[in-house]
Amino acid sequence: MKKAYLLLADGTLFEGTAVGYEGQSIGEVVFNTGMAGYQEVLTDPSYYGQIVTMTYPLIGNYGINFDDYESRKSWVSGFIMREIAEYPSNWRCRLTLDEYLKEQKVVGLAGIDTRALTRKLRNAGVMNGVIYTEGLEPDEQTIAAMHAYVVKDAVKSVTCEESRVYPAEGEQKYRIALYDYGVKYNIERELQKRGCEVVTIPALTPPEDVIGKFDGVMLSNGPGDPAENVEIVENLKKLLASNMPIFGICLGHQLLSLAIGAKTTKLKYGHRGVNHPVKDLDEDRTYITSQNHGYAVVGESVDPSIARVRYVNLNDGTVEGVEHIGRPVFTVQYHPEVCPGPMDTSYLFDKFMDNIAKAKGGAQ
Amino acid sequence: MRDHKGNAITICNMENVDPVGVHTGDSVVVAPSQTLCDKEYQMLRTSALNIITELGIEGGCNVQYALNPDSFEYAVIEVNPRVSRSSALASKATGYPIAKVTAKIAVGYGLDEIENAVTKKTKACFEPTLDYCVVKFPRWPFDKFVYADNTLGTQMKATGEVMAIDNSFEGALMKAVRGCEIKLDSMIAPRIQQQSDAEIKKGVARTDDQRLFHICEALRRGIMTIEEIHEITTMDTFFLHKFQNIVDMEKELATAEVIDKDLYLRAKKMGFLDKTIEQLSGKDISGVKRLPVYKMVDTCAAEFEAETPYYYSTYDEETEVKPASGKKKVLVLGSGPIRIGQGIEFDYCSVHAVWALQKLGCETVIINNNPETVSTDFDTADRLYFEPLTPEDVTGVVNAEKPDFAIVQFGGQTAINLAAHIEKLGIPILGTPAWSIDAAEDREKFDVILEKCGIPRPAGHTVMTEEEAVKAADELGYPVLVRPSYVLGGQGMEIAHKEEDVREFMKVITRNKVENPVLVDKYMMGREIEVDAICDGDDILIPGIMEHFERAGVHSGDSISIYPSINIEPKHKETIIRYTEALAKNLAVLGLVNIQFVLYNDQIYVIEVNPRSSRTVPYISKVTGVPMVDLATRCMFGEKLRDMGCGTGLHPEGDHYAVKVPVFSFQKLRDLDTQLGPEMKSTGEVLGVSTSFREALLKGLIGAGFKMKKKGAVLISVRDSDKQEAIRIGERFEALGFDIYATSGTANVLNRHMVATNAIRNVDEPSPNIIDLIESGKIDYVVATSVKGRHPELGSVHIRRTAVERAIPCLTSIDTASALLRCLEGDIKIENCEMVDINTI
Repeated sequence: MKKAYLLLADGTLFEGTAVGYEGQSIGEVVFNTGMAGYQEVLTDPSYYGQIVTMTYPLIGNYGINFDDYESRKSWVSGFIMREIAEYPSNWRCRLTLDEYLKEQKVVGLAGIDTRALTRKLRNAGVMNGVIYTEGLEPDEQTIAAMHAYVVKDAVKSVTCEESRVYPAEGEQKYRIALYDYGVKYNIERELQKRGCEVVTIPALTPPEDVIGKFDGVMLSNGPGDPAENVEIVENLKKLLASNMPIFGICLGHQLLSLAIGAKTTKLKYGHRGVNHPVKDLDEDRTYITSQNHGYAVVGESVDPSIARVRYVNLNDGTVEGVEHIGRPVFTVQYHPEVCPGPMDTSYLFDKFMDNIAKAKGGAQ
Repeated sequence: MRDHKGNAITICNMENVDPVGVHTGDSVVVAPSQTLCDKEYQMLRTSALNIITELGIEGGCNVQYALNPDSFEYAVIEVNPRVSRSSALASKATGYPIAKVTAKIAVGYGLDEIENAVTKKTKACFEPTLDYCVVKFPRWPFDKFVYADNTLGTQMKATGEVMAIDNSFEGALMKAVRGCEIKLDSMIAPRIQQQSDAEIKKGVARTDDQRLFHICEALRRGIMTIEEIHEITTMDTFFLHKFQNIVDMEKELATAEVIDKDLYLRAKKMGFLDKTIEQLSGKDISGVKRLPVYKMVDTCAAEFEAETPYYYSTYDEETEVKPASGKKKVLVLGSGPIRIGQGIEFDYCSVHAVWALQKLGCETVIINNNPETVSTDFDTADRLYFEPLTPEDVTGVVNAEKPDFAIVQFGGQTAINLAAHIEKLGIPILGTPAWSIDAAEDREKFDVILEKCGIPRPAGHTVMTEEEAVKAADELGYPVLVRPSYVLGGQGMEIAHKEEDVREFMKVITRNKVENPVLVDKYMMGREIEVDAICDGDDILIPGIMEHFERAGVHSGDSISIYPSINIEPKHKETIIRYTEALAKNLAVLGLVNIQFVLYNDQIYVIEVNPRSSRTVPYISKVTGVPMVDLATRCMFGEKLRDMGCGTGLHPEGDHYAVKVPVFSFQKLRDLDTQLGPEMKSTGEVLGVSTSFREALLKGLIGAGFKMKKKGAVLISVRDSDKQEAIRIGERFEALGFDIYATSGTANVLNRHMVATNAIRNVDEPSPNIIDLIESGKIDYVVATSVKGRHPELGSVHIRRTAVERAIPCLTSIDTASALLRCLEGDIKIENCEMVDINTI
């Protein structure tokens, strides 16, 4: 068995077994605490530029099926687990995880003390690293590149080049423009299920192509530092002014918050998992949510005359969602579309539908 | 969990290794689920939350599902709208204290307002995430009940369970198996290894407690493929591959030229003990040996820093053991899985010892592997190690914690068995020294002490083989008591009335290899008396003398026990006190000692001395108000009883009677003879307390499940030696207006003595016979003491089993029948019994 390694920016070296693709890859090392859902994690574009460590030790148990992809490919820069299942078992299983990682050219590392790595990231914050297979040791240049690495042009790298149309399930009620900042398939599925024809459009589609042509706008999740998307933020300001119903998720939430003058900040080690409690301050209810973000909106920077913080993280008090005042607009940091994760907040898609219905009623 | 605001969360999801059809309590269970993808898991999770929400539950709820392995189809098997057996397991598996949070929800808190006690930073409103694998393994009683039906189905048969935590399924499973105290260190079962290929295949197809080991043996021999085993058992191939991994590792070890660091580590990660690696490979591994590291169970997969030192071992790189506090550190060994003979009583003792030690300013470390206990709550001891209680596992903890002392006398036989090992590791044992435990068990050493003290005991011999046993029995004269040494709960203990019995019992005892000698004693059918005492080296304190209702021959754990005693003359009490003091001092007892006596022909004999805690310690502590464990622990630290305020000698008897009545699970264990004997069979006990003896007895009997019928019919079938006493029993039933039925022999005696009895045909006679009568529903009580036999085919066993299956109270000793009659004869009713606050007596 070949060995593989993870070298962290602080000089720590983890030695384990090579799985998946043999190669060398630089990325930001993060951890995900979900116990299942690795297939969705691998194909979630929000992980672009990141080497993902799974904290649950047994990964690949149910293999890879052809239905649960969240995008057309895997985006992670590397995948780390304690143990990879050689013999997966599930009725839908089509590939082993190892086969999929090879196919997707994802460099994998198994057999390391993933808890020690997680503790390091928790204490020091997310850190750059290089993951490599035995024989492909990084040279000085690569190590320098690893130190200098920042996830850049993330949205541009993952967004679609051309728009795609997804028909409504059943009778079509609404047409939705879905800005693809790195969209997960399940956002499309959730909208289709509710009678929406969904047009997924490239991230830099000008607002003029959207305003007045759709019943509502959905802003997707996506990777990277929200603040680097200056052009998109400008576009969103125009969209907001149009008074169209807007629902933003994750990066979409951050970008729309930037558009109203709020600020974003990088979290020490982010929220990545399926067990994060989010409190709805209006309803005094707490929901378990699926999360995947390294940045957050700064609560104090939200202008209370434009929007208010309605959802907060029960663990660390960070902003989890914003409700705009006087506009049919709301955004959440977490993932109501789940995949992976608990489906407790899918009602937000219904709320979006209600906003559209009201807006249409008003227009008529 | 759900609160009044409607917040609902799931705590733990688990998957049974055995498919639907085996009770979840009898299944090997793994947490979290291993073979479910996120979609399947979320589907069931959403369903569970919908159920708890729709039912409006505030608190905990448990939902069991059957999931079609080939589709998304699922069915709800069961909903328990309460904290369940699984809740304890879920709490221990995740670190989430379900019962505690449920209590807070009950008084009106919301989940978002309750602190997560593990992180102290986050709230109880979140879903625990595991970064380890948990395996629960059931503890079945079939090692004791060799003739009971050991097939598994929808009726739970396990008496207890162990839980194990590791980074891999293999590691956790192996830890669970070796921690289960079933004489196995790995998946290799010597008895199964001796079976033929055909027997192995049959074993794979039979759903019983041995199936897992049959599967492993089939894989080991290569006589069945994973696919074939899957076809037969419908166990998920994911798990079967894991068993294969373990078997492959056995082979790799057996064939390795040398055990290098890499191979050693891979074997350790799969849960192989050093001992097993050495046995399989025959190689020296001293050069590569290493100890495990310890990781924390923290509810959040290390996302947040945890405050509670709840650890498990694993062969990884980084250890998380917190630095010592500087206080004196004491290691307390727990008592492992609940089994017949070693129940929750020992956990009571361990927990009270921890509390006493904390009061004394010590830092406490506990090792235990039973998820059902209080000792494995993360906030009982200062540090909790959820580990099997084997020498190697304990070595790891000792090395990580470096305790100043260890205490073994509270953890039952499990902890006692580790005493010598702990001493070898250089950790001083607090209290009674290990040699004393040995002296009490070793026949010759014990005889020397008895002789020195001038205390009589029933004559007996120590033997190793069947022939020696037969010879000893001949010499002593039948009946004799046959039992292995170094066991709890009279495991394997039997009364032999003839040579055949001796031979049969010896075969059962020696089925597993004999490490310790077997004792053959003269059997004396007298009154049994039991004493728990505390000794500080100078003085003793006996909180109370307990008297058994049933005469000697019924195991103390299965007899009705009375405190204060009602039939013991002062002169005998004085003798008991004198003997107790002499034995405690000569055995150098420092702490607790339990002594069993028999009163026979007006003389007190010692039957057994256990220089450790016993199953009656909680009982006697509660009814006398003497905090025995607390006092015993302080004695170990040099405090003197005379300074503790509870006095010395025999504690004054209170004005309340406390009657302990055993509880049995016979209905659940098919084919098991309900006849009580020297081997313990009860799975629990209840206590009845009152100022009147009869009321206390009534409370006890009703608590134990007896129905009090004042008229109806009683069936009497007793062995010859009981026939004279059966007359009096018959008269008393008759006086109450019961119709009396008896088998011919018994009926003859009764009728001859003017007790009008209907004679009925015996089991081996044509229908309608005694079985038809029992099944007719006419009978309210059965008194059946006839010939002792273990084979389910025996007539007397058939009578008792039929009664049990018809839920008819079956009294297997004249004394128990007499106890019942005492309650039926009075005019007391349970509704009129006074309530007693046990804290004030």
